[in-house]
Amino acid sequence: MRWKVRVLVRLKEGLNDPEGRVIGNALKNLGYRVESLKVPKCFEFFLESEKPEEEVEEMCRKLLANPLIHTWEYTIEPVE
Amino acid sequence: MPRFAVIVFPGTNCDFETVDAIRKAGGEAERVWYKESIKDYDGVVLPGGFSYADYLRAGAIAARQKIIEEVRELAENGSPVLGICNGFQILTEAGLLPGALRPNKIPRFICKWVNLRVMDTETAFTSLYEPGEIIRMPIAHAEGNYYVDDPYKVRIVFQYSDESGKVDEESNPNGSVMNIAGVANEKGNVLGMMPHPERASDIFLGSEDGLKVFRSMVEWVKR
Repeated sequence: MRWKVRVLVRLKEGLNDPEGRVIGNALKNLGYRVESLKVPKCFEFFLESEKPEEEVEEMCRKLLANPLIHTWEYTIEPVE
Repeated sequence: MPRFAVIVFPGTNCDFETVDAIRKAGGEAERVWYKESIKDYDGVVLPGGFSYADYLRAGAIAARQKIIEEVRELAENGSPVLGICNGFQILTEAGLLPGALRPNKIPRFICKWVNLRVMDTETAFTSLYEPGEIIRMPIAHAEGNYYVDDPYKVRIVFQYSDESGKVDEESNPNGSVMNIAGVANEKGNVLGMMPHPERASDIFLGSEDGLKVFRSMVEWVKR
């Protein structure tokens, strides 16, 4: 089976996201009332697999995220 | 004479300087490409730089290369394993040291001289320092903000301080928890540090304070 996968990796709640702070401040300077902007990382790919959830979970734990400082979520859709 | 491997990944720098510093400290050292083997060496240094362009997270891709399994074996056998800057990032990503290195609190590249306080002289890399000694070395990094859930559980080796040894917020260049600049594993044979001892290994460079890191490492192997 072929799947389309999208993974979002976020810094854990309470951890400082300096990139997000700078971008948020830049938007504020443009006059927008933005609050606590965060910059998650997004990964999109196609995956050939019989157990996509298991494999994607493993990919997150092994490489895409650092479990000490990140949380992750993903969507997996079959490709026709 | 103790022989050390200085591992080179795509994007590594400081490797020649590290080799020079080890030789000056009385050891033998060679640059080893990451696809080769380090099995015959007495110890290993992961030098600074920007392996794999710091993509994903600094050190993350290098930490998943095959050679890291050999580094793990050396570490488990008690051989000295030193990670400097990017090398520190690689060692935490590989799980050989606790914690993680995040982007600096003020998100930009910092390159400057800092003072460090030597907190632990029982490791393979600090035995020639005096406890509490204040030393000077340069830092050069964008992701040196050390984080660990419980800093009281890790073996803190260096802390950022001022010239008198005071460890406070003002002397913390990157936001590291408890001003941590270097940590070791429980056994003291694996050390990761953000400052560059090889850039402080000759008076011509402005300081010789870093040389004792390499001298201690050479002595440790001879023992």
